[in-house]
Parts: sequence; structure tokens; C-alpha cells
Amino acid sequence: MSSPTEPLAPTPSQTVGPFYGFALPFAGGGDMAPTGDPGTITLHGNVYDGAGAPIPDALLEFWQPGPGGSRAGAPGSLRRDQVDGTIIGRTGLDFTGFGRVGTDADGHYAVRTVPPGGVPYISVCVFARGLLHHLFTRAYLTDPGADPLLASLPPDRRATLLTTLERDGVHRFDIRLQHDGTHEETVFLAFPAGPA
Amino acid sequence: MPTTPHPRPAAAPDAQEVISAEIVQARQAYAKTVEDGAPRRDHPDRDYPPYRSTTLRHPRRALVTVSDPDAVELSGPVFGVTDVTDLDSDLTRRHTGEPLGERIQVTGRVLDRDGRPVRGQLVEIWQANASGRYGHQRDQHPAPLDPNFTGAGRCLTDDQGTYAFTTIKPGPYPWRNHDNAWRPAHIHFSLFGTAFTQRLVTQMYFPGDPLFPYDPILQSVTDDAARNRLVSTYDHDLSTPEWALGYRWDIVLDGPAATWIEEGR
Repeated sequence: MSSPTEPLAPTPSQTVGPFYGFALPFAGGGDMAPTGDPGTITLHGNVYDGAGAPIPDALLEFWQPGPGGSRAGAPGSLRRDQVDGTIIGRTGLDFTGFGRVGTDADGHYAVRTVPPGGVPYISVCVFARGLLHHLFTRAYLTDPGADPLLASLPPDRRATLLTTLERDGVHRFDIRLQHDGTHEETVFLAFPAGPA
Repeated sequence: MPTTPHPRPAAAPDAQEVISAEIVQARQAYAKTVEDGAPRRDHPDRDYPPYRSTTLRHPRRALVTVSDPDAVELSGPVFGVTDVTDLDSDLTRRHTGEPLGERIQVTGRVLDRDGRPVRGQLVEIWQANASGRYGHQRDQHPAPLDPNFTGAGRCLTDDQGTYAFTTIKPGPYPWRNHDNAWRPAHIHFSLFGTAFTQRLVTQMYFPGDPLFPYDPILQSVTDDAARNRLVSTYDHDLSTPEWALGYRWDIVLDGPAATWIEEGR
């Protein structure tokens, strides 16, 4: 959709800083899968810096279609107790499509979800102290063969977007913000505004 | 204590003069690229040496452009009345007593780049208290915690894209980027658009803060006009007599908006 007037100038990004921990993470933020869903998978891994050290103060967000392929999402990720305002977690029935977790002191994160319908990947957004502008990447649960993004990448770069199946239902996806001399840097994505 | 990701360098921290010189250098280098015909840059470069923590936390490779019109990121999470309570937007009423500090109201609109309001979407804020101390155990600034102030709030935008918070003005606080480093007073904002691509986390500053030129985080936005967009405006018409001062700050989300929008959203 093009606009006849000059687009508005965007508000610049700033780092999430070190002290978001009492504001952004929420109870059950990584429990995206409906309670007891037999299709539940775990997506987990570490976030590393350019020295190969784990990042203990990164915040990750996840967005994906529901198992049936719907991209409409649903409210209720931060469902609240109406008496005292605390976050009581999701209903366990709806799939909101959204997850948010901080890395722990070892730079590790984990979310439990169900595989997205229609696409092989879960979209991931990375925030951290020292990161002035968030980064998007994708965790591909399977190698679809014909994906336009993966097809455009050389093998070593492409490999950074593919999860490793550690055991049944457990996918490992490490995120490396910078090449550390040994390990390839994760592929990060840009989504330019353009004619729709 | 969480383990630090890598040992702090043994060398003495850099002086403000060193950081300030690097800030000027980065701004001049950017101005030169614009002069030479490069496009203006609205967002900070992730590789911004005056903010020391960026050194090992920025990708060295170029971002890979996704032009797939079917990308999942062109849709995004939704929130609703289940996710926010009426009290969430008033950070001064979360405890039994009143927080210390200068009570303020902060309001503005969330728009996309075409000027369309972002409706019914989640806005989250967090901030230090009036003394410049965060309610976070890793904040070791020897300023008092305020038992009546947590410093986190949420609201949903209305049909015009308007958000509004009542809070207290945060204090400036020291950090360890360099010797005698102080952050200007700011409120952290987290915003969602109609598409995940429009996600934004940023910081709102207060007009006329003398710390602006010394702060590598604000100065990481090397474009003067873009940097000024992070500073709110004092709006006397928003001030409430005998109650609170008013600040206005509009937010424009970057990135492509949703390729489809449900009716009523």
C-alpha cells in the first residue's frame, strides 16, 4: 500500500538495557503450547557473544502461526488475575503464537511450543544489553528444501538457521550475535518496507 | 550473582573525554556519509564503539533481506483486555503509599510510517525511580529504593493509537561504561505494531537534559533529527493543576506493516 505523502520518520531503536527483568519477562512466557498438547516440542539453546561467552541478559521473543496455520494470534499471553493484577499465565487452551523468555545466568533459554502450521520456522527476535537495535532470525525446525531464504544462503550460513534435533521433540537453536573465531555468526534478517 | 559473560578488562575505565571524542568522531563520520550521498539512518548502528558493550554483541555480517511476501513476520502477536488491568498504566498506584518524586503524565500516539494509528496494541514501559535506582537486584547504585514504586507499566493503545501513563519522573543514574558515566533520565518503551517486523524497544528522554551530549546510548543515534525524536516535549496543556506535569511523545514504528489486518483491529 503506497502512500501519496512522504512516510513518517520512524522512532529510533535503543537498547533494552540490563534492567528490563522486572518489566518484560512474564510467568509462563515460554509455555506457548496448549497444556498437555501431545505435539509439544521444546526449543532451547544458548545466546553467545563474539568471544564465545554466553549472554546472561538477552531477551528473546518468538512468533509463529498456530498448528493449523493461522497467523491471527490470540490475546492472553499475559493473562492477569483481576484481583491482584499478577500474571496467571495462559488459559492452556488458546495458542497465542507469542512467547517471551530471558536467558538465564548461563545464557540459556527454553520455550515449549507446537510446530507452526504452513511454514517450517519460528520467528525469533533478540534483544540484549549492548545491542542497540533488536535482531530478527528464524529457527527452522525442519529443512524444507525449497525455502527461498535458506536457498539464498551458502551452506555454513544456512546451517545457523537450522535447529538440531537432540532427541524426539527437543530442538536446539543457539544464537551467536557475532562470529567468535570458530563458530559462524547466526544469520539475522532485515524486512525492508516496500511496496506491498 | 550471575556470572559475567567475560572478564572486565583490567585497564582503568576510559575517561569521559575519550568517550566524548569518539561520540563526535562517529557523528562526523556519519555526516560525511550523508554528504557523500548515503541515505540518512534512523536507527543506531549496532557497532557503536563508544557504548562499550556493543563490541562483542553486534553481528559483523550484513543482515539478509527477506522479501518473501508470505513471511510470517508480516503478521504479529495480539494482546487484549485479558493482558492488561486498568491499574497498569498508573505506576504511582501500585503500592499502599505514594512514590516519592515528581508526578508526571506521559502520553502520545503510536503510528505506522503511513501515519495510521496502531490500535489496541500493547505498550510496556519500565524505568528507574526518582532517585535513579531500578527495582532490579543487579542495580547496585547506592541510591534509595522506593517501597512505593516498582517502575513497570502497561497499557493498550486506543482507537486513535493513543497510550497514556501516570508515573514519576525517573532520576539519572550512573553506569560503568566509562569513568563518571551517567545516563540521562529516560523511560524504556516496548511497542508492537500490526506486524512483528514493526517491533520496537526504545527509550524516551526528557527535554533539556544536560547529560545528552555525554551519553553514548542516546548519541548512538548519529542523525541529529532522528536523535531529537527520542526526546519528549513538555506540554503545558497536558499538565493537570495541583497534580502532575504533562509530557507528549509520539512514536512511529518502522518496518512493513501487516499485509492483512483483521476487521475491527
